[in-house]
Amino acid sequence: MTGVRFSLNGEAAEVDVEPRELLLDTLRDRLAMTGTHAACEQGACGACTVLIDGNGVRSCLMFTVQVGGSEVRTIEGVGSPGSLHPIQQALSEHHGLQCGFCTPGIVLTALELFETDPHPSRQQIVEWMSGNLCRCTGYINIISALEALAGTAEARS
Amino acid sequence: MKPPRFDYVAAGTVAEAVAALADAEDARVLAGGQSLVPLMNLRLARPSLLVDVNGVAALSGFEVRNGTLRFGAMCRHRFLETDPDVRERAPIVAETAGLIGHVHIRNRGTLGGSIAHADPVAELPALLVALGGQVVASSTAGERTIPAAELFEGPFTTSLEPSELLSAVEIPAHRQGDGGAFSEFVLRHGDFATAGVAVILHRDGSGTCDALRVAGCGLGPTPVDLSAAGEFLLGESALGSGAAEELGSRVAAAAEPTGDVHGSAKYRRELAAVLAADAVRRAWARAGSSDWSGRG
Repeated sequence: MTGVRFSLNGEAAEVDVEPRELLLDTLRDRLAMTGTHAACEQGACGACTVLIDGNGVRSCLMFTVQVGGSEVRTIEGVGSPGSLHPIQQALSEHHGLQCGFCTPGIVLTALELFETDPHPSRQQIVEWMSGNLCRCTGYINIISALEALAGTAEARS
Repeated sequence: MKPPRFDYVAAGTVAEAVAALADAEDARVLAGGQSLVPLMNLRLARPSLLVDVNGVAALSGFEVRNGTLRFGAMCRHRFLETDPDVRERAPIVAETAGLIGHVHIRNRGTLGGSIAHADPVAELPALLVALGGQVVASSTAGERTIPAAELFEGPFTTSLEPSELLSAVEIPAHRQGDGGAFSEFVLRHGDFATAGVAVILHRDGSGTCDALRVAGCGLGPTPVDLSAAGEFLLGESALGSGAAEELGSRVAAAAEPTGDVHGSAKYRRELAAVLAADAVRRAWARAGSSDWSGRG
């Protein structure tokens, strides 16, 4: 077992893990961050997306021993039920989710998009979001929600 | 969907990494992990030891040495795609890196990892062949260089020894008159390409083509060198009517694709013709432009 310390949504986290433990499983099973969703577990769907030092990654393709010293941000670190992040609010207003399973990954991926480029075009949004699968919405309302936010001051945070 | 047990070494230097590789029976290098970790999750790969080189600073960045661009193996695709220096000095590398996977795959995936993985449908191995580049293999015995033509032996198989770390990738530095393009067909943006063709050419001061190389992905068991198909363009000062299509026909005839669930062999041949024609048109125009930055 290896001790790993990192920052999780701004607070210190410390776990003892085998090298083979995926960051996805550490977040869900040891740290109760169950907003990070487990689906394909082979890097295809984007549901387990988290931000590491601001960069989006698939937590099913990283071992927990690799994130020592990093800042990890999960959906629990974005908005709150009483105070949605503008991206969450926009998705809600545009019906950009139905079952909600893909939504944490969608929100974190969009967060990185707006931090990289506050003024993405619709085509840039489509390309950026293409790694996150959604089986409900048909994507149109997700793209429309993000397009409505593009260029507004609230998109970044 | 969880990997079997393995031992883990986080290397801090190339020397530590190659020492760990030399001592182990069945070790694998962990670079970006975007191909290896899915294989481990599916238990299709079961290494006894992972040597993590993400902390080896010497494997990052790139430098110019005697007309050669030397990239550290851990240059991530996203860095290659967005770094202003790479875009200026190696625009074809930046363009090609931007075609790989989705942005979160590019945030982690690496140049050296993609080449060492040797997926026959991957872009960067084919680009390395088209550029006539080489890789640097490091081990406890020192360094050796392996030209692209001698690197790829079969699907997911290279001439790298198990004890060797692919530590750097070297390509010729961009010269005035160089032009290149990578054209590929994917069903959905970010997916693996069904087929792709890279064309790299040079036009001298009078606009005459004096070098032209072609390579493809998804067109054989390894990235394939199709340069012989383009020899008829050497000495030409213009891409005449029908010339791009002629290259396409010759590339399609020279390629030896196999069929799979993503496309039949015949379909891939037809794609190869269209993609080669598109790539040579773009490469030719770029070679005649004074300010190709990889954005055109």
